[in-house]
Amino acid sequence: MNDIKQQGNRLGIIGWLTGGRWGFERYMYSLHRITGLGILSYFLLHIFVTSSRLFGARTWELVMGAVANPVFKLGEFAVFAAFAFHMLNGLRLILIEFGFAVGKAEEPVYPYRSSVNTQRPLSVIVIILAAVIVCVGGYRFFFMH
Amino acid sequence: MNGLSKWTWHMMAGLGLVAFLSIHMITMHLDLILGWFNPAGGESLDWANVTARGKQAIMPFFYVAFLGLALYHGLYGLRTIIFELGIPKRMARLTTILILIAGIGLFGLGSFAAFHFASVAASTGAIQ
Repeated sequence: MNDIKQQGNRLGIIGWLTGGRWGFERYMYSLHRITGLGILSYFLLHIFVTSSRLFGARTWELVMGAVANPVFKLGEFAVFAAFAFHMLNGLRLILIEFGFAVGKAEEPVYPYRSSVNTQRPLSVIVIILAAVIVCVGGYRFFFMH
Repeated sequence: MNGLSKWTWHMMAGLGLVAFLSIHMITMHLDLILGWFNPAGGESLDWANVTARGKQAIMPFFYVAFLGLALYHGLYGLRTIIFELGIPKRMARLTTILILIAGIGLFGLGSFAAFHFASVAASTGAIQ
């Protein structure tokens, strides 16, 4: 096993968006990483923003005032949308990791059948559910204040 | 902890985050409808509500568990993405150390903020 030469990741981050004829799930993989990085960036900032409550009411109001503008509002909604997709796709990945929704194992007889088509309905469900959550959340974000 | 254990914890942390983030989202965005977590009324981010939540004994524990899961899941995910790019072994080691230091530092800051705020809010009523 140690003799196997590890192949480098030739395309790197560019490969996230240039999957070409790779399947739909490949782009969900890219989106999972992009949304994950977005959520992480927001979360790191969030730790500092919420820690400002240590300095009292005035500082809190000041910080809240600084982030209460349309740019941050839009960013917050983007994070919410990213969270909806990342969570649902993560649950899909965990199900697949444990062998659910991939069909029964079968003997590899030519012509081989891909399990991707068996997984596809779950991917479609994830996209539809994420879209519904984003729409409902969007209504709450922009029209219920 | 080997790679498989770390990956399993990454998935488990993700599952935990679904529960914690759902509660957090309800607290922050749906409480105008539910009214459970914002006893002072008004917006969830109003100082009166922040202080009221700070006084509840369970909240600092909730925040710290949430913070720990989110940091582990997020930073391990970041490390996985960096490693996928095929960086040299020494760089990979340095990346792990830097991510670990950042994680411990942020966990320390967040935990201190949660517990210190809770103790001050409980003893004085509110931080002025």
